[in-house]
Amino acid sequence: MAAENYSMVKALNEALRRSLEADPKTLVMGEDVGRLGGVFRVTDGLHKDFGDARVIDTPLAESGIMGTAIGLALRGYRPVVEIQFDGFVYPAFDQIVTQLAKMHARALGHVKLPVTVRIPFGGGIGAVEHHSESHEAYFAHTAGLKVVSPSNPVDAHWMLRQAIASDDPVIFLEPKRRYWDKGVVDPLGAAPAPLHAARVARPGRDLTLIAYGPMVKVCLEAAEAAAEDGHQIEVVDLRSLSPVDFDTLEASVKRTGRAVVVHEAPVFMGMGSELAARITERCFYALEAPVLRVGGYFAPYPPSRVEETYLPDLDRVLDAVDRALAF
Amino acid sequence: MTVESTAGTATAAVPELVQLLTPEGERVEHPRFSLETTPEELRSIYRDLVLVRRFDGEATALQRQGELGLWASLLGQEAAQVGSGRAQRPGDWAFPTYREHGVAWCKGVDPLNLLGMFRGVNHGGWDPYEKNFQLYTIVIGSQTLHATGYAMGITKDGTDDAVVAYFGDGASSQGDVNEAFTFASVYNAPVVFFCQNNQWAISEPTERQTRVPLYQRAAGFGFPGVRVDGNDVLACLAVTRWALERARNGEGPTLIEAFTYRMGAHTTSDDPTRYRIADELEEWKLKDPIERVKAYLVHEEWADQEFFDAVDAESEQLARRVREGVRNMPDPDPTSIFENVYAEGHALVDEERAEYVAYAASFDGSEEVGEGR
Ligand SMILES: Cc1ncc(C[n+]2csc(CCOP(=O)(O)OP(=O)(O)O)c2C)c(N)n1
Ligand SMILES: [Mg+2]
Repeated sequence: MAAENYSMVKALNEALRRSLEADPKTLVMGEDVGRLGGVFRVTDGLHKDFGDARVIDTPLAESGIMGTAIGLALRGYRPVVEIQFDGFVYPAFDQIVTQLAKMHARALGHVKLPVTVRIPFGGGIGAVEHHSESHEAYFAHTAGLKVVSPSNPVDAHWMLRQAIASDDPVIFLEPKRRYWDKGVVDPLGAAPAPLHAARVARPGRDLTLIAYGPMVKVCLEAAEAAAEDGHQIEVVDLRSLSPVDFDTLEASVKRTGRAVVVHEAPVFMGMGSELAARITERCFYALEAPVLRVGGYFAPYPPSRVEETYLPDLDRVLDAVDRALAF
Repeated sequence: MTVESTAGTATAAVPELVQLLTPEGERVEHPRFSLETTPEELRSIYRDLVLVRRFDGEATALQRQGELGLWASLLGQEAAQVGSGRAQRPGDWAFPTYREHGVAWCKGVDPLNLLGMFRGVNHGGWDPYEKNFQLYTIVIGSQTLHATGYAMGITKDGTDDAVVAYFGDGASSQGDVNEAFTFASVYNAPVVFFCQNNQWAISEPTERQTRVPLYQRAAGFGFPGVRVDGNDVLACLAVTRWALERARNGEGPTLIEAFTYRMGAHTTSDDPTRYRIADELEEWKLKDPIERVKAYLVHEEWADQEFFDAVDAESEQLARRVREGVRNMPDPDPTSIFENVYAEGHALVDEERAEYVAYAASFDGSEEVGEGR
């Protein structure tokens, strides 16, 4: 099969299919992932083709899903867990941060837990409460977990295959508002980059916009708009939130002298805080302005009719760009 | 009853349900649960059932028209909700999931209040203390622990109020629900666990959650479990009353499994044709919770056509009020995001609110916020 124009959902589906085909130990498990194909249809058709034993509809219990995935991994399996929505991972949080993240270290490396936890995350789809959370900082704050988030179908496909192949636990954050974006994916090709490498999504020289997952698109649009005002904005798609590819960030910011980090999660104690601090340490003498952050407010994710206020948009990103350029 | 004798799939050997009104509308007696109803009470029950179904249907329509973002229909579960709702006294608390519109109705909550979160203008938005009806809980199972804790508080206060915790067959798998059973049992809390087994948790049938009938779970936790015909409003009323009485008398928790069926999709986002067969639906249509009450009323000559017409007219009025109410629900002010985050305030919330207000004001006279450049 040659390259195809895939939605992100289809790109992920195809990644799961390839992974199930490549390794008989790979399992897909979660709520409604079987006959229904998942509420977003990411597992569509997998149950039909791989059967009950490999594509597993679990009881409705996230701690149970996570804990048994760990047990299956101990037995040599490679579970790919689907958490139905971001807000429902918290019942599994204990299993993730106290067990999944730490067992390799506790066993002095004798135990490997190649578990991938897929979570549709972030807002912007007009959903009810608990369906729009951005909780990446909780996971990135936990040593022992790797955390990644693709921004487009190509990365979604390849990063998921790489995450499943990884011997470390990976939290795989899928930007659900980008599920229906299209991209040309060639499943027979090669991964465009290592799993934990950042990517310069658009080159520029005046300022570096740093984003991941759902906000990359917004930043690319902001860069486009800024170009009309004569500003050459570079956009770095972080892709991996733990580990972070600081070398790529450092090289970019040393070139541009300015950086703005954008995410949906609240600014306070968010990924942007860590990125700003590290960039400042690494690029202090190259910086023309403090590293600015654009993100959600320090408030619960709001009802959908006001979510546009909460979510960073083109205007808020450009506002920060202007402020950084004005220094 | 031993677990061995009933092991197997949950629906294979369906044990006797507590039933007081058959699907054909015949009033039957049960050795353990009796119920006295006056014609007037029965008419009132019928009215509740019809109005609740009409409200629910209107909400589904409003979602289709784009006025609501989502709706979780109670179609088919009216009897379980109206029966258990009417069993409660005003001082009793209900802890709902997201589907208990019929319970809300019985507690006296204005149905319009339920629609705010489905429209996306709030996350609940009613005062739970007003009608002793807790906010809807979307995260599966959480509310069963809150209900248990609330019931523990009642015990400490020494009053004879009680609590009903609602949850689904899927929720029965959650750790929280099983922990709620444990706490309620150990502290002998005055809580009734009311499980609406509507046979499905989105696409997963009950067999995916349990190999024993759900009501039998109670035995292992040390309190009684009863399976009731969830489409029989009289049985639901009688059994819930009995369980609430036990709670008030210091006899502790009860698990009621209301055996019913989710006649609609899980929510308006769901497509049940992907996972369930139409035959099942046809079978359950014959067990409709409203038709049997109507048949009984007619048979006993406790209601005439004039009464049924009046209820229908009232239900249309309700639908109209709901429709207009929803359409006129204002979008929240953007600054409402910063409201009620804390009871005692928080410096960062205040700071970010001020930042937002200044930012929004910078667009005044030029362009609207969010319009792009
Ligand atoms: C902790 C958690 N996990 C997953 C979900 C997504 N979800 C919403 S409803 C539902 C099924 C619930 O089934 P059941 O308990 O039987 O209640 P019903 O919807 O049938 O009334 C699921 C999986 C959720 N809301 N919360
Ligand atoms: Mg159910």
